[in-house]
Amino acid sequence: MNQITVQYLTDFSYIVAIAFFILSLKWLSSPATARRGVLIGEIGAAIAVVTTFFNPELVRFKWVLIALLIGVIIGIPLGMVHMTAVPQRTAMSHAFGALAAAMIGISEYYMRIPHITKFEMTEISLEVIIGSLSFTGSLIAAGKLQEWLPQRPIVYKGQNIVSLSVLGAAVLSALVLIFNPVAPLFFPAMVIISLLFGVLLVTPIGGADMPTVIALLNSYVGLTAALLGFVLNSKVLVVAGALDGSSGFILAVIMCKAMNRSFTNVMFGAFGQLQVSAAGAGEERVVHSATPEEAAAILGASNSVIVVPGYGMAVAQAQHKVRELFDVLTKKGVELRFAIHPVAGRMPGHMNVLLAEADIPYDRLIDMETANSEMPQTDVALIIGANDVTNPAAKTDQGSPIYGMPIIEVDKARTVMVIKRSLSPGFAGIDNPLYYMDKTLMLFGDAKAFVSNIVKELTGGGGE
Amino acid sequence: MPEGFISNLYVFVLAGFLGFEVIRRVSPLLHTPLMALTNALDAIVVVAAIIIAARPGSELSEILGAIAVAAAFSNMVGGFLITDRMLRMFKLSGRKKQ
Repeated sequence: MNQITVQYLTDFSYIVAIAFFILSLKWLSSPATARRGVLIGEIGAAIAVVTTFFNPELVRFKWVLIALLIGVIIGIPLGMVHMTAVPQRTAMSHAFGALAAAMIGISEYYMRIPHITKFEMTEISLEVIIGSLSFTGSLIAAGKLQEWLPQRPIVYKGQNIVSLSVLGAAVLSALVLIFNPVAPLFFPAMVIISLLFGVLLVTPIGGADMPTVIALLNSYVGLTAALLGFVLNSKVLVVAGALDGSSGFILAVIMCKAMNRSFTNVMFGAFGQLQVSAAGAGEERVVHSATPEEAAAILGASNSVIVVPGYGMAVAQAQHKVRELFDVLTKKGVELRFAIHPVAGRMPGHMNVLLAEADIPYDRLIDMETANSEMPQTDVALIIGANDVTNPAAKTDQGSPIYGMPIIEVDKARTVMVIKRSLSPGFAGIDNPLYYMDKTLMLFGDAKAFVSNIVKELTGGGGE
Repeated sequence: MPEGFISNLYVFVLAGFLGFEVIRRVSPLLHTPLMALTNALDAIVVVAAIIIAARPGSELSEILGAIAVAAAFSNMVGGFLITDRMLRMFKLSGRKKQ
């Protein structure tokens, strides 16, 4: 085959790959076709990778083959992680994606100098800056999610000024390079400053904001790949990057809306983030608590139950016990469903995956809108490890830091049960008036142990 | 402006809109698998990395290219693997296994 034929074949195979990628995402729209979507995505990727090896320009394969092998050795364990660890795995894969794109951009720069136009230098600089900051930013996010780094927001005075100055320095280095591409120290300086900016960008962000941050980093990584497509004049990268970028962008917007935070607030990470801890309520308020026996009796006698799970459920590893509760109540004829708030868990859709892993059928999972319209006809709303997403202050108290955030309106149910270790405020440090309502029963204890005790009551005392 | 920039820009804008329309339809139920799948698809940068590492050039580009190949390919392998694992977990009621 001559070179032109090979070039046509490569281009054609990349077009096929892109078409398959789009089909892959389209089939992901419903659980019924989603696995087919993965398969066609795999076929598209395989076609593109295999055809690339026919490129006659390629002469040295040793390190490529070793690197592919390393990729498999790292990739398989990363594909086998537990569902609770999926958020940090996702952050790691964002880091890898950004690393790959940044490495290619850096290598292109050193290959092209000194024959590099201002335009090319602009593209490369932009690509390398965003790639580098996404790399370190994602590593920090992964570290926080894995709890190697503190989950609480790390803030200090003048943070915004410091961070923006660092970003400014990176942009300034890029400008110098555009007008003088061979300035020897400015390119490495630009890379290092961008890496530093990634660290500064994500460090201040707290665990509860992780769903938004992960989606945003996803979007940055996609953008990096698309920019790389511009640098290399490769349309397959432009399309794949645009798809990944728009996906991350959409998810970031959804997360934003679900937390009632403005888009600029998210675009600039945690800058200007509200960290108001509500003033502790002075007066003594009455709390009703119940034992597992009492809770079991009420649950067993009800017709409909909506469970609102939060990340606390996953932390306590209670999802499998929750499934036992689901089984025993369903057997008794109780209609039990799970209401999923969009930001429940540590990344978009995380709670759905955790419940699916515990073998809870997905047609039992309902979204916030459905839950809220059915809440007034619901006998019991059972909250496990969720707090802010059920806080009625978000609707009623204009002074609350979460005022305006859409919530699951559990306070409309006939009875509310909250499984919680103590009355201490939740993640964001905001008091929850739900706990002091007359119809609320607080079930104090560890989520896993408490649910397990309820199940024991229901199976033992149920007379079966 | 290098040749191809404008046509790449066309492709970028159209792909962005297409992505927006397709992904908007993905059920919130599957947002985590969606992110895993788009990571795997984005790992197609591995084809560029292979070319950078394997074409004649400096040792630096061979090393940087190889790092990029390893990083991107691990995303491709791991991304498809975990997406499929997650999707296998989603079951309807009344169809019990095990």
